[in-house]
Amino acid sequence: MTKAKALVITGNGTNCETEAAHACRLGGFDEARIAHISELMTGEVSLDDYHFLNLTGGFLDGDDLGSAKAQANRLRYAAVAGSNEPILEQLLRFIGDGKLVLGVCNGFQLLVKMGMLPALGSDYVKQTATLTYNASGRFQDRWCYLKVDASSPSVYTRGIEGGVYLPVRHGEGKFLVDAPETLTAIENKHLACLKYSDADYTAATMEFPENPNGSTNAIAGICDETGRVMGLMPHPEAFVHRTQHPRWTREELPEEGAGLVFFRNAAQYVKQNL
Amino acid sequence: MPHRIEITLKDEVRDPRGERIKREIEHFLHLSVDQVRTIDVYTVDVPLSREELEAVAAGPFSDPVIQGYAIDKAAAHGFDWLVEVGFRPGVTDNVGRTAGEAIAYLTGRALAAGEGVYTSVQYLISGKLSAEQIEKIATGLLCNTLIQRYQLLDAASFQAKGGVATFVPKVQVEAKVEVNTVNLEVSDEELMRISRDGVLALTLDEMKIIQAHYRDSKVREVRQKLGLGAAPTDVELEALAQTWSEHCKHKIFSADVEYDDGTGKTEKINSLFKSYIQKTTADVRAALGDKDFCLSVFKDNAGVIRFNDDWSLVFKVETHNSPSALDPYGGALTGIVGVNRDPFGTGKGAKLIFNTDVFCFADPFYEKPLPKRLLHPSRIFEGVVEGVEHGGNKSGIPTVNGSIVFDDRFAGKPLVFCGTAGLMPATVNGEPGHQKRIVPGDLIVMPGGRIGKDGIHGATFSSEELNENSPVSAVQIGDPITQKRMFDFLIRARDKNLYRFITDNGAGGLSSSIGEMSEECGGCQVDLSKAPLKYPGLAPWEILISEAQERMSLAVPPESIDAFMEMAQRFGVEATVLGTFTDSGIFHMLYGEKTVAYLPLSFLHGGLPPMQIPARWEQPVHPEPTLPPAADYTGDLKGLLSSLNICSKESVVRRYDHEVQGGSVVKPFTGVANDGPSDAAVVRPILDSFEAVVTGHGISPRYSDIDAYHMAANAIDEGLRNYVAVGGSLDLVAGLDNFCWCDPVLSERTPDGPYKMAQLVRANKALYDYCTVFSLPLISGKDSMKNDFYDGTTKISIPPTLLFSVIGKMEDARKAVTMDVKRPGDLVYLVGVTKNELGGSEYLAQQGYVGNSVPKVDAQAALASYRAYHKALNDGLVASCHDLSDGGLAVAAAESAFAGGYGIELDLALVAFAGAAGEKSDAVLLFSESASRLLVTVRPEKANAFEAALAGSVCAKIGAVRGDQTFTVTGLSGAEIVKAELADLKEAWQAPLREL
Repeated sequence: MTKAKALVITGNGTNCETEAAHACRLGGFDEARIAHISELMTGEVSLDDYHFLNLTGGFLDGDDLGSAKAQANRLRYAAVAGSNEPILEQLLRFIGDGKLVLGVCNGFQLLVKMGMLPALGSDYVKQTATLTYNASGRFQDRWCYLKVDASSPSVYTRGIEGGVYLPVRHGEGKFLVDAPETLTAIENKHLACLKYSDADYTAATMEFPENPNGSTNAIAGICDETGRVMGLMPHPEAFVHRTQHPRWTREELPEEGAGLVFFRNAAQYVKQNL
Repeated sequence: MPHRIEITLKDEVRDPRGERIKREIEHFLHLSVDQVRTIDVYTVDVPLSREELEAVAAGPFSDPVIQGYAIDKAAAHGFDWLVEVGFRPGVTDNVGRTAGEAIAYLTGRALAAGEGVYTSVQYLISGKLSAEQIEKIATGLLCNTLIQRYQLLDAASFQAKGGVATFVPKVQVEAKVEVNTVNLEVSDEELMRISRDGVLALTLDEMKIIQAHYRDSKVREVRQKLGLGAAPTDVELEALAQTWSEHCKHKIFSADVEYDDGTGKTEKINSLFKSYIQKTTADVRAALGDKDFCLSVFKDNAGVIRFNDDWSLVFKVETHNSPSALDPYGGALTGIVGVNRDPFGTGKGAKLIFNTDVFCFADPFYEKPLPKRLLHPSRIFEGVVEGVEHGGNKSGIPTVNGSIVFDDRFAGKPLVFCGTAGLMPATVNGEPGHQKRIVPGDLIVMPGGRIGKDGIHGATFSSEELNENSPVSAVQIGDPITQKRMFDFLIRARDKNLYRFITDNGAGGLSSSIGEMSEECGGCQVDLSKAPLKYPGLAPWEILISEAQERMSLAVPPESIDAFMEMAQRFGVEATVLGTFTDSGIFHMLYGEKTVAYLPLSFLHGGLPPMQIPARWEQPVHPEPTLPPAADYTGDLKGLLSSLNICSKESVVRRYDHEVQGGSVVKPFTGVANDGPSDAAVVRPILDSFEAVVTGHGISPRYSDIDAYHMAANAIDEGLRNYVAVGGSLDLVAGLDNFCWCDPVLSERTPDGPYKMAQLVRANKALYDYCTVFSLPLISGKDSMKNDFYDGTTKISIPPTLLFSVIGKMEDARKAVTMDVKRPGDLVYLVGVTKNELGGSEYLAQQGYVGNSVPKVDAQAALASYRAYHKALNDGLVASCHDLSDGGLAVAAAESAFAGGYGIELDLALVAFAGAAGEKSDAVLLFSESASRLLVTVRPEKANAFEAALAGSVCAKIGAVRGDQTFTVTGLSGAEIVKAELADLKEAWQAPLREL
C-alpha cells in the first residue's frame, strides 16, 4: 500500500499547522510534514512528493489586502528558486495528478481567491466566489452545526450522517459568488457540501449566530467537481478529541472528535487511489 | 508621480465596516446618519506602468467578485460628506507594507529605497449633518489625530475639486545625523529643564549624579583619550535616562522605604522587591525542597517553571497603559505583541501557547465631561479590544483567559494587562533550555523590523503621569505578521543552535536590550550606523532608544553567523550585525568610526543610589450603610447581574480566537448554550498528551479603597481559587504579580504620596504573607507606577491594583470541571465560610457605598479546603464548581444555574456563617464577597464521598439543582426572597455589553 504523505504549509501568518499535522497523523497518514513556505520557494520541499496538501488557518500576511489575497498573489508570481516555475504551477499539477487539497479557514479563503474553488468546468485559476467580512462586522469564535450534503462528491465528508459540529474562528467567512449561475451550478452539482444549520441538521439557516457570517445559502464549505479539492471555514482539525468540544464536561461523547473524519477519509482515499 | 488606487465595494454588496461605523456614530455620538459606505485607498509611490497599475489594482488589491477599482480618478459617489483617514508620516502602516510586497512579487522588482505604498480609508456618509457634527464624527470616532490625519469634503466641494487630493505621508526628515553634547555645568533649574524638555524623566538628584560622574577626573581623562569632551553626549544622556527610568529600573520597588504603620511604629524596608517579592519566592522554594519546580525566576524576560521532564513552562504578564491611553488600538496591539516577545526571548526561546488579557476601563457609557486629551472610555474600550484582538488572533496564539474591570477612575489611565505563556524544551542541544550566556566576541545581531522614530521615549514617558503634552512619538503600532515571520525563523534557528543568547527589544530599545546583555559578558561595542532604518535621518540617540517593534537582540557566535544570516534571508527576515560583545566593562557606541557613547557599565547599571520614600498608613473610614431587610432580593440580584463588573463580556471574548493550536479544554464560555463564564482556562499544549496547563487570575481594585493589604490578599486568593475550581494542582502552581499604582512618591503634585506608598507596602506584605502559605512562588512580574492623569488642575489617580495571575499544571485534563450545573437533582454545596464582609463589594457599590468590612482571607483554611476539593475533583466527585467573587453567593449560583440550563434552590439558613448573630442577614449571605468560597454541585450518589473528602473544611449542603427553569432562594425567615426564571436572569446578565 502507498505510504500516505500529508503536507501542511506554514509561514507568513499561518497558525494552525501543528494541529492540522496532528489531525493528519491521527487520521492515518504515515507522514505529516510541516513545511515553511520558504522551503517550497527554495525547492527544498516539493508538492510533488506528497499526496494531501493542507492549507490551513491563520492570517496570511495579516489578511492585509483582504483575507489570503497577498499569498494568492505570491503563489501566482513568485517562482521556486532555480526555476521559473511559480508554486501555482506545482499546485495545478498536484490537482491534475488526482491528489487531495483541503483548505481550512484562511486556506479556504486562499483556494477561493486563487480560483481553485469551486473551479466549475475544471477552471482552477478563475475566481468566481469569495469569502468576505462577516455580516456582523466582527471576528467570531463559536461552534456551529454543519449540515452535510450526502450527495456531495466531497471525499472528506463521506459517511458523515446528518452533520458535524465544529468551531468557526474568522472575521471573513461570508461566502459570496460572482453571479447567480455560479450559485446554481454549485447547488445543482452538490458542491456546497457543508451548510450552517440548526442543531438537528434539519435545515440550513441564515440566522445569527447559527450562521455566524451571513454566507449565501448558508454555505460553510464547498468542493470542486472531483470532490478532491475542498475548502471550509470551520476547523475540523480543532475537534479530534472529545475534550475540545465546548460541552464535553456535560455530554456523553465518543473519545474521538467529529472533525477527524475529514482526515481519515483523506488518508483512506490516498491509500486506495494513489 | 504617485498614483491613487481606490477600491470600492460593488453597490449591491453590503459594507459591514460601514454599517459598524454607522452603529458607532449612533451609539457613541448620538447622531443619526442614513448610511456609511467605505472605500480603501492605496497611494502608490512606486513608478509603475499603466499596465502594471491595472494588474495591481485588479489582482492583489481588489476582489473581482465584490469589488471594483479606480486608478487616479475619484470613485466616490452618492454621499453628503466624505472623510478620508490615513496615517501620519512615519506611523506603521501594515497594509501599506503588504501592498508594497505584493507589487514586488507582481512586477518582479523589489521596491527601491524611498518607494512605498500608503493606505487610507474613505468614509462616505449620507445624512443631514452640520459641518460641526461631521467634524465631531471625524475627530471623535474615525480619526485619532495623534497618529492619523483626515480630509473632509462635502459633496459639492468634492465635485468642484474632482476628488481627494493625493497625499503621500512619506517621512521627510532633513538628514542631520549629528551628535550633540549637553552641558551639565548649569544651575539646578537648568538641569531640570534639560530633563523635562528632553522627556528624560530624570529627577534633580539623578541629574546631579550624572553631573558628578562627568566631573570625575578619571572619567575626564579616559574621555579625553577617546576624543570625547567632558560633557555627556546626547547618546549617553539618553542611554542613562532609559536605563534609569522607573519603567526599566523599578526605582520605587528598589527604594529605601520608611514605613509608619499608623500606630507610630516604623519600619525601614530596603527594597520592596527584595524584601517581599524575591523573599516570597526564596522562602517558598526553600520549603518545597526537592519538589521545587522553579527553573528561572526574575532574571530573564519571563519566569520559567517545570512542566514535565521534556518541557518547561514560561509566563509573563505586562502592562501597556500609557500608550493605550493615547492610541488605544496601537497601544494595546503593541502591548500584546510586545509581551509575546518576553517568553519568546526567555532562555533560548519558547513557543507561545496562550495569551491572557485583563483590561480596566471607565464606564463606556460615561457621560460627564472629561479633561482635554483624555479619550472617551468607549473609544478606549473599542480600540483596546480591537488592538488585542488583532495582535492575538493574527499571531496564532489563543486568548484563553481574561476579564474586564470597570471603575471611573480608570478614565485617568486605562490598564491594559497582556500576558503570554510559552513552552520551552527542557533541553536544547544538550543544554538547559532556560539558560543562556554570552561569550565576549559574540556578534550582536538584530533580526526583525526596522528602526524609526516610533516609540521614542516610551520608557521615560510611561515613567511620568499622562499630561497634555505627552509625546506623540511615544506611540508605536505593532505588526503581528512581521513578528510571526521572525518567530517562525528564530525558533528554527534555536533548534539549529545558531545563536547563544536572545532577548527582547522593548522599552528603551537597543539601549536597554544591549545594555542588559552587556552585563552578561562585561561590555559591548556597537556601530549604530549599521542599524537598518525605516527612513533616513535618525540621529544616533534616536536609533539607540527607538522602541520600533518586532525586533529581538541576539548574541551569535562568529562561527554561526553565516548560517544564521543565510537562514534569515531564506525566511524573509532582515537581520543585521550591529557589533560585538566584549569584556571591556564599557557600553561603547560608535557611529561609523566615531565614538558617540562611552559609559562604564558599573555607572550605567550601578550608579543610581536607591530612592528614599516615606510611607505612612492611615486606615480610612468610610460611611457604613445600614441595610434594612427586604422581603425580596430578586431585583437586587438582577441589578448585580447587569452591573458592568459582573455582566457577560461574551461580545468581547468571541472576538478572540481562544482555540487555535488545538489545545483548548476549558474554554472561556461553557454550559448548555456555551455562554456560562468559566473560572479559569485549561489548555493542552502537547496534543498527544493529556497533561494540561491551567491559568486563572484575581483582581479586586475596589478593596484598595479600604485597605490595599486585603486588596492584594483577595486578588491572590481569587487567582488561586479560580485555578483550583477547574482542577489545577496545588503541587505545581506559581504566581505572577503585576502592580499598577498611582504615583506614590511624595512631591508637590502628590501630597498624599506617603499614604499611596503605604498602600504599596501593605500590598507587598500581603503578597509575602499569603503566597508563602499557599506555596505560590512568584516567578515574574512587572510594575507600572505612574498611572495618573494631571493637567495642572484635574488629577485622576487609578485605584491601586494588583493583578495576580496564576499558572500551573493539571496531570489529566480529562478531569477538568466546569462551572455549569449538570443535571437536576444534584446537590449544591458551599465550600468555605461566609462572613459579614460587604465592604468594597459590588453590592454596596451599586448603592453608592464603599463600607469598611473588607473580606479577609484565612490562608490556612483556604488552602486546606482547596486541597480537599482538589482531591474530590481527582476522585471524580465534582459535577460543577464555580468560584464566588463579585456579587457573592447569589451571583455565582445564578450563573451556574443559567449556564447549566437548570434552576437551583438555595436555603440561606444552611449557609455556614461566622460572626456575631446580629451581623447575619439575608443580604450578607446573598452578596457578601467573603474569600475562598466555591459553589459545588455533586451527584446524590457521590454526596457521601464528597462530604467525607471535605470533612476537615467548612462545607455545607445548601440546596439542590431543580428540574425546571426557576432560581429560588429561601431567606433566614423561611420565606422565599429570590425567585426568577433563568431566562430573565441570563438576559439581565447578557444585555449590558451585548452590543459593544
